[in-house]
Amino acid sequence: MSLTDTGPAVTVIDEEEAARARRDRINRIAKWTLPSLVMVLTILAWHLYVTLNDIPHYVLPGPVLVAQSIIEDWGLLWPALLITSRLTLLALFFAILGGVLLAVAFTQSKWAEMSFFPYAVILQVTPVIAVAPLLQIYVESAFVAALLCAWIVAFFPILSNTTIGLKSADHNLQDLFTIYGATRWQRLRYLAAPSALPFFLGGLKIAGGLALIGAVVAEFVIGRAGTGLGLASTLLEASYRFNFGRLYGALILISLMGVVIFAATSTISHLALRKWHESALKRD
Amino acid sequence: MTLPIGQRPPLLRMSHVEKTFNGDVVALKDMNLDVNEGDFISLLGPSGCGKSTALRLISGLIHPTRGRIAWEGGQGTDDLGVVFQEPTLMPWATVAQNVWLPFRLKGIAYAQVRDEVLEALKLVGLEKFQNAYPRELSGGMKMRVSIARAMVTKPRLILMDEPFAALDEITRFKLNNDLLELKARVGCTVIFVTHSVFESVFLSDRIIVMAARPGRVIEELQVDTPYPRHEDFRTSAEYAAHTRAASDALHRALAVPA
Repeated sequence: MSLTDTGPAVTVIDEEEAARARRDRINRIAKWTLPSLVMVLTILAWHLYVTLNDIPHYVLPGPVLVAQSIIEDWGLLWPALLITSRLTLLALFFAILGGVLLAVAFTQSKWAEMSFFPYAVILQVTPVIAVAPLLQIYVESAFVAALLCAWIVAFFPILSNTTIGLKSADHNLQDLFTIYGATRWQRLRYLAAPSALPFFLGGLKIAGGLALIGAVVAEFVIGRAGTGLGLASTLLEASYRFNFGRLYGALILISLMGVVIFAATSTISHLALRKWHESALKRD
Repeated sequence: MTLPIGQRPPLLRMSHVEKTFNGDVVALKDMNLDVNEGDFISLLGPSGCGKSTALRLISGLIHPTRGRIAWEGGQGTDDLGVVFQEPTLMPWATVAQNVWLPFRLKGIAYAQVRDEVLEALKLVGLEKFQNAYPRELSGGMKMRVSIARAMVTKPRLILMDEPFAALDEITRFKLNNDLLELKARVGCTVIFVTHSVFESVFLSDRIIVMAARPGRVIEELQVDTPYPRHEDFRTSAEYAAHTRAASDALHRALAVPA
């Protein structure tokens, strides 16, 4: 083979490279523009549907009315948003704390797992909406009662995922730790915990969404007693008053909260795993 | 410089060691083995012959049902290095952190043993990769890190359980050569489990041939070709003769009824 033969081959690779770079660039732009376009078109269709058909605002408010309500009712919606956020984040925090501690206890002691795991399952499978009225009776503070509801819903995925994760350490590595005389604490810290991290983060993503759902359900049930909690109570109250602009406004804010929580947990997960875990690796 | 077989000081003695699982499955029957300092011993045999069980018994991960394993002068925590069939690295830790592990588990900070860790990585030719994560390395490189980790504490004995079985032939030959060079440099003792006649002849000076059902030692062969052995040993008449002898022994091991 002569040297000149390599000429065209190199050009072909260059063209392929350029095409791939082009494709990557288009993909990067499309990733943001396409969903945005879909949203704009949906809002536009919604607006046209409402105005062209003269739909009454107590059946379906138009996007303009909803936007107006969000702005006008901001003094009411913002404090409600803060309460729901606090409820959700606190529930998630205690879910992480309880879930991780219990998972560690379960993996450290077979007896603890045998004794308590069935009750964790019962807590999980009992619909929280059925428990909420009871909590309302026994717990004086409506906020604490709602917090308990949201916690019950959010903590199980953390517990179950972390428990599986802590048990999933490579067997040869476990043997290696035994040979080198590792203590129980070293085994947990250097082997079980890092092995469990991807599982825990998967559980966190689910629990983040569930904490919000739990908070909303709790507000629906407990807020009904006129205690005036967060966004979900506001939404329910607005529906009684046929204030559909405010209802939709509250609904949109709740959705936004969900999106923010998902984005946050996804980012945390990506940052924690990007260097080593298969799920976070970019492949050529 | 390794002494000739027969003049080496004793390191470990297995006497009448037997391992039974679940009460009646005999994994290893009446194994007697004197391991001397500087030995490169291969345990060669078909699957089910108890060679991995023997290794696990020596490592202390399982205990003999009968018989005893005694270390000359008692066993210290630094006496053993292990290499498994898989590289068995922690994927979340860098290459240097993985090699640091044996020290870390003894509570020794990285800064205190950085020189040892880098020295071990240099021995396996990976000092430039100290900050890489295992996923960035090829299969052969991961195995080198695993070997560096086993050698970093300068143990008296290194146990290797078919470490190169999953690698391609070219990489395996290269690692065979490098392993001999490493052993010559650090002067440790190796027990190497393999089912490859060629590998056992190239690497070891003592080959323990084992048979299955029940797992037991059939015979011992000696490969008296002196070290250093290089790539040309693989094509020599001497190598062919030893390979034939080992191969015949393995066939006898497969033929003998339990």
